[in-house]
Amino acid sequence: MITLEQKKFEDIEKMTKGCGRLLVLGCETCAAMSLAGGKKQAEALAAAIGMARKMSGDKSEVLYDAVARQCEPEFIDLTEKEVAQCDGVLSLACGAGVQLLAERFPDKVILPGCNTTFLGVTEKLGVWSERCAGCGDCILDKTAGLCPIARCSKQLLNGPCGGSMDGKCEISKEVDCVWQLIIDRLTKLNRLEMLEEIFPVKDWSPAGHGGPRKMVREDLES
Amino acid sequence: MKSGSNLERILESGQFAVTAECGPPKGPAPAVVKRKGDLLKFCCDALNVTDNQTAIVRMSSMSGCVLLKEVGVEPVLQMVVRDRNRLALQGDLIGAAALGIRNVLCLSGDHQRFGNHPTAKGVYDIDSIQFLQMVKTMRDEHQFINGEEFSGDTPFFIGAAANPFADPFQFRVTRLAKKVKAGADFIQTQGIFDIAKFVEWMTMVRDRGLDEKTHILAGLIPIKSVGMARYMRNNVSGLSVPQAIVERMGDAKDPKEEGVQICLETIEQLKEVEGIHGVHIMAVAWEDIVPRIVEEAGLMPRPMV
Repeated sequence: MITLEQKKFEDIEKMTKGCGRLLVLGCETCAAMSLAGGKKQAEALAAAIGMARKMSGDKSEVLYDAVARQCEPEFIDLTEKEVAQCDGVLSLACGAGVQLLAERFPDKVILPGCNTTFLGVTEKLGVWSERCAGCGDCILDKTAGLCPIARCSKQLLNGPCGGSMDGKCEISKEVDCVWQLIIDRLTKLNRLEMLEEIFPVKDWSPAGHGGPRKMVREDLES
Repeated sequence: MKSGSNLERILESGQFAVTAECGPPKGPAPAVVKRKGDLLKFCCDALNVTDNQTAIVRMSSMSGCVLLKEVGVEPVLQMVVRDRNRLALQGDLIGAAALGIRNVLCLSGDHQRFGNHPTAKGVYDIDSIQFLQMVKTMRDEHQFINGEEFSGDTPFFIGAAANPFADPFQFRVTRLAKKVKAGADFIQTQGIFDIAKFVEWMTMVRDRGLDEKTHILAGLIPIKSVGMARYMRNNVSGLSVPQAIVERMGDAKDPKEEGVQICLETIEQLKEVEGIHGVHIMAVAWEDIVPRIVEEAGLMPRPMV
């Protein structure tokens, strides 16, 4: 999933100040899974903004709603009537959702209510951690299913560096050394000899360093 | 000879080498580098110039190397992959060759989070092992990392670091083997305080025959005070400072003298370890002590080859 966290309320308040009738629009997929921007969070945030506005003498209304996915035009279109009645939209989706809204509604103020943090997993309630860097060329077959691009602070492909101690990364005792985890796992699988070979230099162009990325599937295009 | 450097000639002739670290200043004063060069030139075979060490901005390693050459000292150009991508690294290597720099030490570099620009973007386009391979390919094949040929020689004596004290211990020798396979002609290790662990590592190194494929220089860090010993034990990742050393420094009436004695005892023990071809002294902000250590360790005069 894409993980998100809601921006600080004071930042949201500042950003939405004076923008008139506002729609707080949740996204029911990743943002909801992150407990940051689903319909429930949209409702609570709309109430809080409404309250703050009232206190400052701003009478303009704050509405809320949510769609299944703000990253798909079909779902965005479902909000057309609602958005038409507002001056601005505070999107609680990831950066992709916010931008698709902005593309679809060129005459409305579109604002981000969340920070998109990373591609990760839910470790337990309230704890998420990064797993994938979206580098466009998956190497998990060569690294025991653990990603050094997303999880090594130096993105080393021939790790671990000299800073690995007691299974932890040099940058913090809170961060696992992914190379220690890779070695442990390969040892268990009796495949440690895989790491004797020098991992070649990586092509970073599919990772976004070749410019903005786009995928076209001609077999599916209509 | 791969590079013809003084360091290479000494090591290839089977003599015990001495190198030391020369940290460049946090400003453009050439005199600082030259003073260190003058101080150390008769007791060392080559001096490493650090590259934004601990991710703190300083005079560039390349400039420091040129200044050392001006006072007749052979430099080792340290280069980290933290701050430069493959284009910058290769461009600098060509420049270094043009300036007559013959030794290069290929490193990952301490993470930017530790330095004075903790919000900087780390480059890490390639890693230190891939970097070694790249320098070797440039030297031996006259090719860039993309396979394109270039004319002219880049005759480097290629160095790498090894840290026997980081984890996982068993894999550290595999990583050394990868560095040797990638092109490391010489190795400078992390500072050694835990001799027992180092000896154990060297046994594994010899079991794989790596001591015959590369020249291993044992790293030493002279300690000035018990505070420094504690700081290194608690805060420097990948360094192992046994409690006995900390206590010895704590009990000493003259801690500086005690630090020198610990260093000298370590060198004596290292001389007995098969496969050690020299020492690398990293006297951070205490370069003045290096001539005395080299002298009293019985490593003077330095050989002329």
